[in-house]
Amino acid sequence: MSTNHASTPGITKRDRLEGLKRAWYKFSLNKMSIVGLVIVSLILILGVFQPLIAPYPEHAGAYVNFSAANQPPSSQYILGTDTVGRDILSRIFYAFRGALLMGLGVEAFIIPLGTIVGLIAGYWKEKWFSTALMRVTDIFLAVPPLVLALVVSALMRPTLFNSMMAVSIAWWPMYARMIYGMTSSMRNELFVKSAELLGASKFHILFREILPNCLGQIFTKMTLDMGWVILMGASLSFVGLGEQPPTPALGTMVSDGAKYLPDQWWIAIFPSIAIMVIILGFNFLGDGVKDMLTSEE
Amino acid sequence: MKRLIKRLASYILVLFGLSILVFIIGRVLPGDPARQALGPRAPEATVEALKKEMNLDKPIVVQYGLWLKDAVQGDLGNSLLSRRPVTQDIIQYLPATIEIVILAGILMAVGGILLGILATKYSHTWFDGFVRVLSYLGIVAPAFVWAIIFILVFGYSLPILPTTGRLSLGIAPPPTITRMFTADYLLSGNFAGFKDAFMHLILPAISLMLGGMAQAARMTRTTMMDNSDKDYVLANKAYGVSENRTLFKYLLKPSMIPTVSVLAVDIAALFGNAFLVEQLFNYPGLSRYGMQAMLNKDLFAISGVVITLGIIVMVVNIIVDLIVTYLDPRVRLMGGSE
Repeated sequence: MSTNHASTPGITKRDRLEGLKRAWYKFSLNKMSIVGLVIVSLILILGVFQPLIAPYPEHAGAYVNFSAANQPPSSQYILGTDTVGRDILSRIFYAFRGALLMGLGVEAFIIPLGTIVGLIAGYWKEKWFSTALMRVTDIFLAVPPLVLALVVSALMRPTLFNSMMAVSIAWWPMYARMIYGMTSSMRNELFVKSAELLGASKFHILFREILPNCLGQIFTKMTLDMGWVILMGASLSFVGLGEQPPTPALGTMVSDGAKYLPDQWWIAIFPSIAIMVIILGFNFLGDGVKDMLTSEE
Repeated sequence: MKRLIKRLASYILVLFGLSILVFIIGRVLPGDPARQALGPRAPEATVEALKKEMNLDKPIVVQYGLWLKDAVQGDLGNSLLSRRPVTQDIIQYLPATIEIVILAGILMAVGGILLGILATKYSHTWFDGFVRVLSYLGIVAPAFVWAIIFILVFGYSLPILPTTGRLSLGIAPPPTITRMFTADYLLSGNFAGFKDAFMHLILPAISLMLGGMAQAARMTRTTMMDNSDKDYVLANKAYGVSENRTLFKYLLKPSMIPTVSVLAVDIAALFGNAFLVEQLFNYPGLSRYGMQAMLNKDLFAISGVVITLGIIVMVVNIIVDLIVTYLDPRVRLMGGSE
């Protein structure tokens, strides 16, 4: 079990560099992790610098050019154009922004929430409020997460922020469960017991003793979940409950394109591939993070 | 047995919680369901009357009490969209979804476990690699993408399987017995009808289950490979027990436990993904009904569908619990692990 060395005195810059090197070595043992890192970095760069990189940045908005509508992939429009003549490649790049924002926004919301609930419920396992909190997570997990997210977002105005909220409501119990499990098995370990004996505050025990030992798993799950959260966001926009047109969202692009199958197959297929690439990238990256943070032999 | 009853009680408690949750989501979030149902041009008085009919004018606790009182008697309120009792709608649409999910579930479990076993048996060969690539594809491509690919391939290039609806044109629906078309055709002895109804299930079921199958295959392979280092496998080898016998008789059963637990989650997820897939295949099931209800903010229909799904997930969990108890002697003999 590794403890938090970052604040321990006596650790020099060189030691830290050594640690980083070792982490990178573990990460890079599996070639797939590097593939994942490359994919995710590319998505990030393409999304953030869309206006500079995309061949037709203005096509990401309410742009219409009917003379170029429904064109198959060509050297001018690498992935073809949609029904109003917008370049699909440029729109996919822009949609990466929404997808990444979706993933980051949801995780920024649910990880603190899930962590706090899990720590409290796990540390005071035999108390009534622990049982109550865990029953609440059961309730949220009683239907498939996608259904809950659909219900919540259907009842709100369809915006990117609201679909983030919807996905968060469906997703936070999984973090609470995970941290709960780890905390309740850790609370009887020697380092927690000794902190208690030394009179450490509950706050110190939860956040300075137990939490640092959960971070590895949290980071791993976070990376793996990015892909799934983005997929759920895409599923919401697929049924029209996400970001609204003309802003491009991958799910919307797929469902719009599905109407023009098979003749204009490129309208639906390329955004679908984009979704798959995102999931693949975060999956590979997540496996690498797992190797890096949890394999203590 | 005692454990089962305890579990059942806690599940029922969870269902109550779920109904409260759905109710709160429906009432607290902004938007006026009565106005939504009648459209923006309806006169104020009509909207008020509908609000009264739906009890929307009363405090939320009273609303919930009234709803619950009817719900335990099987009355989930009236749908604003179909103008019929929600219970009646659910009875009509649920069997269609159940049909797909049963087929998908069977294919997922059998296919996933079989692929996992074969990948173990032929580990580190081309077949193992093939299964690995297949499972990555299954995990990475969401159900609705598979549905689109299948519609593209089978709907146009290779028209051997139908891609819309429950029945082909000109085929009369079966007499109403279970409302599952395949079962009803079989019960009434109409094999041509059965074939047609079954063909309509194949593509939606396969697009739903590929992800879960891939996960089950990976899970089965991982556990079987882990367990194949254990002493009892070595002992079997030493005694000259054949490889297949070891694989199927001794190795499979203990290796099934994590797979079965994963499958439980995946079967529940089938119902979630059905919301997108039924839409694409234009298949009149509960999920498409639920989707319509959501898009029209049809509160009673939404809560009806969610509660129904909650009950189904509960039943799946109980069945999986029983299977795990059968597979794992530790759970069976020690009266349960928490």
